[in-house]
Amino acid sequence: MSVRAFVPLDSAAVALGADDVADAIAREALTRGVAVTITRTGSHGMHWLEPLVEVETPKGRTAYGPIKAAEVSGLFDADFLAGGKHARAVGPVDDLPFMKAQTRLTFARCGRIDPLSIEQYRAAGGLKGLTQALTLGPDATLAAVTASGLRGRGGAGFPTGVKWKTVRDAKAGQKYIVCNADEGDSGTFSDRMIMEGDPFTVIEGMVIAGIATGATKGYIYIRSEYPVAVGIMNRAIEHARAARVLGDAVMNSAHAFDMEVRVGAGAYVCGEETSLLESLEGRRGQVRAKPPLPAHHGLFGKPTAVNNVISLASVPAILAEGADKYKSLGAGRSLGTIPIQLAGNVKHAGLYEAPFGMTLGQIVMDIGGGTASGRPVRAVQVGGPLGAYFPVSLFDTPFDYEAFTAKGGLIGHAGVVVFDDTVDLARQARFAMEFCAIESCGKCTPCRIGSVRGQEVIDRILKGIAVDEQIALLEDLCSTMKLGSLCALGGFVPYPVLSALTHFPEDFRARPRSLADVA
Amino acid sequence: MSTALIWDEKRAGEIIDAHKSMAGATLPVLHALQAAFGHITERAIEMVADALNLSRAEVHGVVSFYHDFRRAPAGAHVLKLCRAEACQAVGADKLAATLRETLGIDWHETTADGRVTLEPVFCLGLCSCGPAAMVDGKLVGRADAKGLTALVRGKT
Repeated sequence: MSVRAFVPLDSAAVALGADDVADAIAREALTRGVAVTITRTGSHGMHWLEPLVEVETPKGRTAYGPIKAAEVSGLFDADFLAGGKHARAVGPVDDLPFMKAQTRLTFARCGRIDPLSIEQYRAAGGLKGLTQALTLGPDATLAAVTASGLRGRGGAGFPTGVKWKTVRDAKAGQKYIVCNADEGDSGTFSDRMIMEGDPFTVIEGMVIAGIATGATKGYIYIRSEYPVAVGIMNRAIEHARAARVLGDAVMNSAHAFDMEVRVGAGAYVCGEETSLLESLEGRRGQVRAKPPLPAHHGLFGKPTAVNNVISLASVPAILAEGADKYKSLGAGRSLGTIPIQLAGNVKHAGLYEAPFGMTLGQIVMDIGGGTASGRPVRAVQVGGPLGAYFPVSLFDTPFDYEAFTAKGGLIGHAGVVVFDDTVDLARQARFAMEFCAIESCGKCTPCRIGSVRGQEVIDRILKGIAVDEQIALLEDLCSTMKLGSLCALGGFVPYPVLSALTHFPEDFRARPRSLADVA
Repeated sequence: MSTALIWDEKRAGEIIDAHKSMAGATLPVLHALQAAFGHITERAIEMVADALNLSRAEVHGVVSFYHDFRRAPAGAHVLKLCRAEACQAVGADKLAATLRETLGIDWHETTADGRVTLEPVFCLGLCSCGPAAMVDGKLVGRADAKGLTALVRGKT
């Protein structure tokens, strides 16, 4: 009988050698005449243990990691296929503290099933939400999503049910669902992980969105930096069509819904919804002024719900488990679970899904285990390149939308990037402006020109030239960008800049850096 | 991967025909042309404009807006290095400085022997295992200068 082994196909695992490990297992099994079936799965999210190899034993799945290809022969020597003892044995994944304490709703299947097996998806609870939506009908489905309290996970936190209702109420022959998979924020990878590890959840969420709003066509716009996700989503869509989850009669109902993948071309600003729509229509990704809202006048001028991957991927569980269960989790007006992404200089880097409300300190220190370098944590940037830098003194901030806003920050797409005490926050502020200058779509002046001037001002501060005047100028510039920019790129870049200035003023008054040092 | 890709007008026409009926076809067409020929030529812009009933200026505008589209061929190997915050937190700036010095080129440049093109990328979604890089489409986590140099030099 063949033993089943599991090796992630997740990009993070692959970047750490998972493909080589899978090849080595296959080769070694052949050499030794042992029958092994290798299933490539998503990642459980414990990226410090990747590549993580699991084997199915009579007592359940047990794991070994991190494994290098060169260590595979040793694994066979230790009889890992029977769960044998080995220095890298970590035991059953579910028994690990990092996994045990999570509440996995959106990521319930990620890492467990073959991402392209719709049978395994169904067996693990998939399509329950869609079945429920078809039973409930559009109005009750919409009501359930509204009642769940789900807010847009892309960063803005806008209530998903309200957005869907606007599209539903709009009169038009054609409506669209657009899934925003242009996950460009540094420190975030939850969209990538779910697309690679459980793509049917995203598809199911989009079909439910279609039923609730009356849209029959969907596009998922995936950034080109995610080639693995693009490949898997394309194949998953074909499987979903074959299984009649997509098509003229969704699960043999009267509802029609089909979708296709579109690939971005390396522009960060296309994560902004109107810019994304321009890009989908085949133009430069320049931001549109709002109103009109995309819900009224979106893709090709038609009513369009633009939702983040995680928002849509959260919907099947909401329908399957009920809105009440979902909204019983969380804190304040931030309900349900949030897949937190621990990134940068952190010991236990990876994905951790939990209800809103944990403090930033618990996330970074208890779950993340502090820095990977072993040095003290100095700053944490939450919410991507447009998110604020928080000092350790703000570690008591609960992870919820309003609590972060109250402290001058934002949750964004829930990426948490940890820096140790070697970080120079004045340089980070300069980078924020530089990034904005590189990625500005150029439509509005505060962003296009302000970001370039911002770099120049910070360069003068770094060189120690008229620091007080330059800091006043920088604050004034940030105010202009915040109030005058058309979208969140220019409008939010003041968050990292001003938070660095507020919480780490000493870095802006350090000894002058040499010219070469600054450039 | 990016060996000499010879411009073939007939092939380009076929690629454009295969995509032109898509809604919002510009990006899919340009991606397909670049995959086939390595970069977007002036002639390709003309052909896309004709096929999609756009002006050449509009197509040029799209090509120049997006970082992915090239107007000139890349080197034999393309090394993309993440410059974003999560990678900065684990030494990406220093890694980039070392590689620029070792290769003798700056961002967006190609080595004199045409072997390596160095490009910045802002996030590969490998923020839990940085510094991150992509060498000819191969993802590299916890990248170091030695390993990356070997990858771009070792390959033929």
